[in-house]
Amino acid sequence: MATKSRLHIPHPSARPGDTPDFSYLNLSPAGAVEKPPVDARTRDIEHLSVDLVRVLDDDHQAKGPWNPGIDAAALQIALRWMLLTRVFDERMWQTQRQGRISFYLQSLGEEAISVAQGMALRPGDMCFPSYRNQGLFLYRGTKLVDMMCQCLSNTRDMCKGRQMPIMYHNRRANIFSISGNLGTQYPHAVGWAMAAAIKGEDHVATSWLGDGATAEADFHYALTFAAVYQAPVILNVVNNQWAISTFQGFAGGERRPFAARGVGLGIPGIRVDGNDLLAVYAVTLWAAERARRGGGPTLIEQVTYRGGAHSTSDDPSKYRPKDEWAAFPLGDPIERLKQHLIAEGRWSDEKHKNLEKELRDEVLAAWKEAQRSGTMTEGPFLDPSTMFDDVFAETPAHLEAQRRQMLEVEG
Amino acid sequence: MAQMNMIEAIRSGLDVTMERHSNVVVLGEDVGYFGGVFRCTDGLQRKYGEHRVIDAPIAEGGIIGTAIGMGVNGLRPVAEIQFADYIYPGFDQVVSELARLRYRTCGDYFSPVTIRTPCGGGIRGGQTHSQSPEGIFTHVTGITTVMPSNPYDAKGLLISAIESDDPVVFFEPKRIYNGPFDGDPDKPAVPWTTHPKGEVPEGYYTVPLGSAEVVEAGQDLTIITYGTLVHVAQAAARLVGVDAEIVDVRTLVPLDVTTLADSVRKTGRCLIAHEATRFSGFGAELAATIQEECFYHLEAPIERVAGWDTPYPHAFEWQYFPGQKRIAAGIRKAMEAG
Repeated sequence: MATKSRLHIPHPSARPGDTPDFSYLNLSPAGAVEKPPVDARTRDIEHLSVDLVRVLDDDHQAKGPWNPGIDAAALQIALRWMLLTRVFDERMWQTQRQGRISFYLQSLGEEAISVAQGMALRPGDMCFPSYRNQGLFLYRGTKLVDMMCQCLSNTRDMCKGRQMPIMYHNRRANIFSISGNLGTQYPHAVGWAMAAAIKGEDHVATSWLGDGATAEADFHYALTFAAVYQAPVILNVVNNQWAISTFQGFAGGERRPFAARGVGLGIPGIRVDGNDLLAVYAVTLWAAERARRGGGPTLIEQVTYRGGAHSTSDDPSKYRPKDEWAAFPLGDPIERLKQHLIAEGRWSDEKHKNLEKELRDEVLAAWKEAQRSGTMTEGPFLDPSTMFDDVFAETPAHLEAQRRQMLEVEG
Repeated sequence: MAQMNMIEAIRSGLDVTMERHSNVVVLGEDVGYFGGVFRCTDGLQRKYGEHRVIDAPIAEGGIIGTAIGMGVNGLRPVAEIQFADYIYPGFDQVVSELARLRYRTCGDYFSPVTIRTPCGGGIRGGQTHSQSPEGIFTHVTGITTVMPSNPYDAKGLLISAIESDDPVVFFEPKRIYNGPFDGDPDKPAVPWTTHPKGEVPEGYYTVPLGSAEVVEAGQDLTIITYGTLVHVAQAAARLVGVDAEIVDVRTLVPLDVTTLADSVRKTGRCLIAHEATRFSGFGAELAATIQEECFYHLEAPIERVAGWDTPYPHAFEWQYFPGQKRIAAGIRKAMEAG
């Protein structure tokens, strides 16, 4: 210990030009962490917030008590959704680079979380997503073309041109609206869950935010309210190690894992390998069952890695080593599930290539269809006078006056 | 009809609405077992249970944030923020989420939250228990902003607010909770039993949102005001001996421009009064609107009387508060000009 006070500025383990170093990550071997009953007392399972629940080992075998025993056919479907998410992201990224949409944000390397949790939840469970949950939108039935039209702000845009790209919502699929303000959805999820309990329903609410957003007050409000009222909610911290250019240490992750944030409030925290679809599925199912039985909230830290840039607006080679993802000890979630299915004799490289081709065709076809409803440069275009709708349930006089004024001036 | 003060009227409004709609829930600091620091929710938890009248942690951002989630799940939450001065931790949830949810989802999602909060000074509350931040909220589009000035309106407007599908911020001027304060702190307090608007129906009724009221007809000038200052303005007009028309704005957004402008066109003179600080205050919006609507009817510049642009000082409360003397001076100026 130093002999005088000091200001500690956190530094990541590697910057551009350095050799990637993930020695700071506490990793448990696959299958090593015990699985408690869903009604376990929080104080008896505190270790889950520092251990790492893993099912798939380095030889691609499913191991241990958390192995959910999903059959291979269902895993092939899961693989398909993950791969579709990635192919969709690739296409939309290129589209932004070509200047056809204003912004994009991909979920490269984090696809297992949305798909596994989509599988583990019931349709009546409500999702309050962050902006890197596109796989959840797809899994719950949002059409590719509808998501593309949103990004294009065209005549088929679900948001009628009011939101920048990727701020989707899907009422029928029970997915809330994405906010550009970080972490605001967390207390919404808790309130939704409280209402479910007030109404005597057994639906569960789920929300996601990143390691960086845990510093927001809304994270702490949500945890407090969830703990106080034992709300049936699953709160996920997707720790992808990076918040644009600041590593997870700047959100306070250097000394204690994010899963341990709940422990002080008596909320079980579970740290899970976020790139292991089987582990994420099993942990989510455990938390959902606990919530449905009146056991209250669970905080899940999904340990993963942001495989790409934060968004189309930043260049990660300016702040982290280019080869850092390749060195990430928990690998690539798609590759891991693929290798597991191959090891089980239920998949092959050839089938994978064919699937990828099929999905690329599907995404391309959707892109062509989306553009028929308009692009940034070619019509049909949205009617700008609709910008005055939905500010209030009924448009008040001063907004109607502004609509007329806008039409007079702008034509 | 019954005699009610503003606290009883608000409580009655909550009671009637909770009885009528099983999805109305109340949450806030001290609102449950204790019944609220101003007693506005007294007895409601005993009547409706702990699942509908919910004591909350001391976290305004959490109260408003969870209320939004409840609203999305079919409830009609009435969140109490104990003092308007405490609302700022929840401001982001109001501005970025509550106000824009309907817009950003094109009506697929909305959350009909009502936020009740006591505002205003004159109770020795200093700068953290006296603010009137209504102008901060009127600047946020998507929010209905209300401030009643008497028990009858408070109950009727509150029921309308709770039943509205739009979010409402409902300011309760706490100085007039117990009586129609005329701005003179040295006079004995006057109870609501002396005022016609202290007569309140016990059952269900509404006062529509978005409508101002001419509380006193007159010919010489129009005083546009709301909240506590409605009563102060009436006293000030009597002090000057002028035949003033007093218009109570009641709902700040959406604003009833017609009632305001009709009055000014008739009198040709206008004074705007509010307790909140003057610079960029809601009075500036009112003045601009009247200028646009009534310019060729005006015989004098529009006069504004407001709180000084300082924090609300504890020891100098009555020098800060825009009382009868300041409003009277404003009236004389408006009458002498032109």
